[in-house]
Amino acid sequence: MLAFTIRRVGQSILVLLVTGFVAFSMFTYVGDPIDNMLGQERTQADIERLRDQLGLDQPFFVQYWNFLKEAAQGNFGLSYRQGRPVGEILVERLPATLELAFVSGLMALIGGIGLGIFTAIRKSGALSSSIMALSLIGVSLPTFLIGVLLIYIFAVELGWLPSFGRGQVVDLGFWTTGFLTVSGLKALILPAITLGLYQMTLIMRLVRTEMLEVLRTDYIRFARARGLRERAINFRHALKNTLVPVITVTGLQLGSIIAFAIITETVFQWPGVGLLFINAIQFVDIPVMAAYLMMISVMFVGINLIVDLLYFAIDPRLRVDRSAAKGH
Amino acid sequence: MKTTSLLAAALLTTTTAASAETLRWARAGDALTLDPHAQNEGPTHALNQQIYEPLVLRDNDGNFVPTLATDWSVNEDDPNVWTFKLREGVTFHDGAEFTAEDVVFSFERAKSEDSDMKELLTSITEIRAVDDHTVEFVTDGPNPILPSNFTNLFIMDKGWAEANDAVEVQDYEGGETTYAAANANGTGAFKLESREPDVRTVLSQNEDYWGMDEFPMAVTEIVYTPIQNAATRVAALLSNEVDFIQDVPVQDLGRVDGTDGLSIQSAPQNRTIFFGLNTGADDLENDDVDGANPLADKNVRKAMNMALDRAAIQQVVMRGQSQPTGIIAPPFVNGWTEEMDNSYEKNVEEANRLMEEAGYGDGFSLQLDCPNDRYINDEAICQAAVGMLAQIGVNVNLDAKPKAQHFPLIANETTDFYMLGWGVPTFDSEYIFNFLVHTKGDERGSWNATGYSNPELDEQIVSLSSETDEEVRSQTIADIWDVVQDETLYLPIHHQVLNWGMADGVQTEVDVEDQPKFKLFEMSSS
Repeated sequence: MLAFTIRRVGQSILVLLVTGFVAFSMFTYVGDPIDNMLGQERTQADIERLRDQLGLDQPFFVQYWNFLKEAAQGNFGLSYRQGRPVGEILVERLPATLELAFVSGLMALIGGIGLGIFTAIRKSGALSSSIMALSLIGVSLPTFLIGVLLIYIFAVELGWLPSFGRGQVVDLGFWTTGFLTVSGLKALILPAITLGLYQMTLIMRLVRTEMLEVLRTDYIRFARARGLRERAINFRHALKNTLVPVITVTGLQLGSIIAFAIITETVFQWPGVGLLFINAIQFVDIPVMAAYLMMISVMFVGINLIVDLLYFAIDPRLRVDRSAAKGH
Repeated sequence: MKTTSLLAAALLTTTTAASAETLRWARAGDALTLDPHAQNEGPTHALNQQIYEPLVLRDNDGNFVPTLATDWSVNEDDPNVWTFKLREGVTFHDGAEFTAEDVVFSFERAKSEDSDMKELLTSITEIRAVDDHTVEFVTDGPNPILPSNFTNLFIMDKGWAEANDAVEVQDYEGGETTYAAANANGTGAFKLESREPDVRTVLSQNEDYWGMDEFPMAVTEIVYTPIQNAATRVAALLSNEVDFIQDVPVQDLGRVDGTDGLSIQSAPQNRTIFFGLNTGADDLENDDVDGANPLADKNVRKAMNMALDRAAIQQVVMRGQSQPTGIIAPPFVNGWTEEMDNSYEKNVEEANRLMEEAGYGDGFSLQLDCPNDRYINDEAICQAAVGMLAQIGVNVNLDAKPKAQHFPLIANETTDFYMLGWGVPTFDSEYIFNFLVHTKGDERGSWNATGYSNPELDEQIVSLSSETDEEVRSQTIADIWDVVQDETLYLPIHHQVLNWGMADGVQTEVDVEDQPKFKLFEMSSS
């Protein structure tokens, strides 16, 4: 078990290093931050001085090495765009993204499972068919279009919900939250729907397929024969058996909700890390881009590591495999 | 129908809210810092403008307006010295008195190596306080247009900066932020209440402001929220979540103007859009002519200039929101003439004849580098130009990319044919010549990627900086323009038009520099 864990952690670190390497090799193609940092009146001497100061004249692997050295000490540098420490900016922006991801993830899970069960049980009803048809929209419409449509309907035409921002937030010292104010909660609705719609339809279709599969199996037929109530069959016996793949997928999707919040955050001017990343790309703010990409990859690697370790704990075959190999 | 009445109801409630004198302001980008000398950039100056003040401002007609200075002139006995009389009885937001010491401190700070404003002050060799309310600027030669460089040079309090360790301008390498980047103490009409970068900045009226009786001062609170996405920004105005937006996209102007309770104000901006041509290279990188540079031939440049249909670009690409032009200077710049502005004409036959004469009757192909996130409809303008140039046999391959990749091409002179936009903060032609016409060198010509070099013209350009006889200076400017126009180094397209969208209660005139001055805003309930 220990050897397995160590090996897995080692692999994760390798993945992180490679991600950083690839990221740094790409930064040169994003553009040159110098012109964004200096005014229109800059001279050639200014350009060279700043380039030298920032180490931009060095090959990318040297820049990457310097970044790693500093990052190992917890220093991610100063943002070229805001002139503030990157760590501080990320900590300031993360709550907005995490709260949005949490709400849309929750919405996707509850909505997806509920609708999935409904459409599986009433698979030929008119309502289920229309839900299934509508779910196609969720899968196929691009996120920004959904966002703009929602803004048009609920903010411009109806005037019910705000079109941008996070509303009033409460600062808890280490965390800013929009959960405690009315305007904060109202501001969450549209971005959460926009971000969660795709995941919701995904989960719904998954639950429906799994349910239909399970409902056809023998033990459900026997349960019916035993005269159990329809409700007990559906929820106690069928649903439980469909949840295993759903939880696996949800776990993986949580990572992508945070990573893909970029578009939603841009449309709604949501002050999270996704919007920060977009601004960083436009400005070629290398310290912010590097720190964001590292953060996202740490997150994905972390989730995968936990999943792997869980599999190891749950699935005895992984262990058997190793001892069997030793035996021969 | 129901939705329109709801919208109308929403409008009514917010117009009354507007008379509570809070102005909710949105534009595409946030100020990068509150440090007034760290970034020489539009949105940053626009916010700092409300909190800090310069010695002199400019009105929309280009005239100077006394601000922290009441009077200024060149010393009669020494043309190298300017004397500025400072306004008396002005205090900073923290109560400290404004004196000559603060001016000397601020200018020295702005001249320091890490300052982004230092290039505007290179001619100054010494700044000295004569008494509490008089400052002298010594220049390295007569500088007749010195005050033109001061309009975005904000004055900080020396005592405050020293007490808060903010004497140095933000240094990116240093690893630490300065206090002045997130805090502010100016003499301006508004005080900083709170700021979350990229999210929300709140300013409140400075009740001790020296200009309380001089200006309308109708706005008592400003809530500034950057909204990057154009559609969301317009939606926020339409749904009355903001009262005033800058950067209204041209396709939404009709929508906003047609909505009850909202209006659009337009004015020409201090920015001209044009194409630059690499005339200096012996051979172009990305063309199909070997061993020669077709753009080195003046006839080819003139032909390309004639092939452009500026009226079509204005109507189709810009939806009327531009002023076609034949000169790369915006209309309020000293040296601009109406004649040069109108000196463009579309004439494909004549253009084809010129191409024939130059020996390129069969045409040639080259690459056009164009930004796609910098100017209004920049990529679409380039696309339109591609079609127009094809009519004279110039086959253009368009390469459009983000500004962060586009501008290095100009800085490194690795482009043959490029788009550029230019604003003139000093309102004087010298600024254009210095950056765009003078041979590229360490001091001047840093934005001249045309490879054009004319020593005689360079001499004339340099002479402008110290010519005190206004008549001689104007004549030199006119002479230089004659050469620039004749050489056709640049193909001017149009002056950009600024559009501000606002709720009915808000009244103001569009500022040509795109920098709203909220102390001048009138607010009324309707």
